[in-house]
Amino acid sequence: MIFAAIVAIEAKDLLSSVIAVGAVGFALCLAFLVLKAPDLAITQLVVEILCLIILIRATLKKDLPLVIEGRWFFNTISTLVFIAVFLFFAYTALKEMPAFGSPILGVARKYLEEGLTKTGSVNLVTAVILDFRAYDTLGEATILFTSVIGIMVVLRRPGRKK
Amino acid sequence: MSDNPKKGMSLIVKTVTRLTVGLILLFGIYIVLHGHLSPGGGFAGGVIIALCFVHLMLAFGKDVAVKKMSKNLASNLESIGALMFLSIALLGFFGGSFFLNILSKGRPFKLFSAGTIPLSNIAISLKVGVGLVAIFLALVVLENVKKEE
Amino acid sequence: MILYLLCLLLFCIGLYGVLRKRNLVKIIISLGIIEYAMNLFFILLGYRFQGRAPIEAPGQGIVNMVDPFPQALVLTSIVIGLAVTALVISIAIRIYERYGTFDITKIKRLKG
Repeated sequence: MIFAAIVAIEAKDLLSSVIAVGAVGFALCLAFLVLKAPDLAITQLVVEILCLIILIRATLKKDLPLVIEGRWFFNTISTLVFIAVFLFFAYTALKEMPAFGSPILGVARKYLEEGLTKTGSVNLVTAVILDFRAYDTLGEATILFTSVIGIMVVLRRPGRKK
Repeated sequence: MSDNPKKGMSLIVKTVTRLTVGLILLFGIYIVLHGHLSPGGGFAGGVIIALCFVHLMLAFGKDVAVKKMSKNLASNLESIGALMFLSIALLGFFGGSFFLNILSKGRPFKLFSAGTIPLSNIAISLKVGVGLVAIFLALVVLENVKKEE
Repeated sequence: MILYLLCLLLFCIGLYGVLRKRNLVKIIISLGIIEYAMNLFFILLGYRFQGRAPIEAPGQGIVNMVDPFPQALVLTSIVIGLAVTALVISIAIRIYERYGTFDITKIKRLKG
């Protein structure tokens, strides 16, 4: 996955970058299957396919990237400073987390024990997103609605009279 | 389905699309309806239904697909999906609080169990699927309009 | 523990792409890589060794399941990421029609 990500960023042709991002997405779907999350694997696979179609629609017949020019030293130093600050905070956070493979299950213990009796649904992830946490699903529907309106407004051609 | 050899892709792609697009739609509806029994749910099923329309549009050119679902129909269906989800939520007021699951919960492992969850799955899949088809229509149709100018 | 570090490395690769690249579509692709890394990190938090998927089967109890709560959060996050990518790509298409190039240094200088 990391190798495909490096190829996606450094490739000179835009079409190769898009195909490499597709490879990262498919590898992520396999990783979800290994980590025992089948809902997410199905969703990630189909969303990755749609994302590839939209990206290719934007990059076909457009120009290729240009060479780097000027102010190269300052850019490198500031990038390294950003990444160093981020790594420091990440290291501080990683020391506090529990070991890999034994989750804390503070909130989810109640969902696991009462899921079947209170909602009657066998799939516990669906029970969580549509019954215990239905507000989040309402917010997500609002986000999709807003993005559809945004795309229709941005891509409109003014003054079309038939 | 038109057989115009100038629009869309080659003949092999058109024949295979004609055979499989109905199966893809059926598979998407199956994943939505069995959302509370096996992995899947509203989001994955909605995206699969959107992919079926995108497949039609890619293989046959944009005229055939626009005849099946124009932009007005897409925006109406998406609003109906969102309103259905909100009304299922407001029905919970009869039970006692917002979003309460009030229909009867039958025995587990049956198709008609689990209260309002299958209805919510259908509403969410309608909204997500038709919303993504509307996004794709906006990206494709307006591009060709610009090229004519 | 080493899986957390690999996920962090993927995030850093995406961060480098956002900060350093000049082509607009490459910046959008790096944004997508950052989002994949974050989803993977959330799922890694809830894994249990020799666990089962969080779907009940007749005859087996709930003894050994992985955590279903971060899976529910990431499920909506994946679809939201698709919507955000589509919106940003449509803005990029408009920028290309207006300025004729995808280079971000040239976009700042042209006017009108």
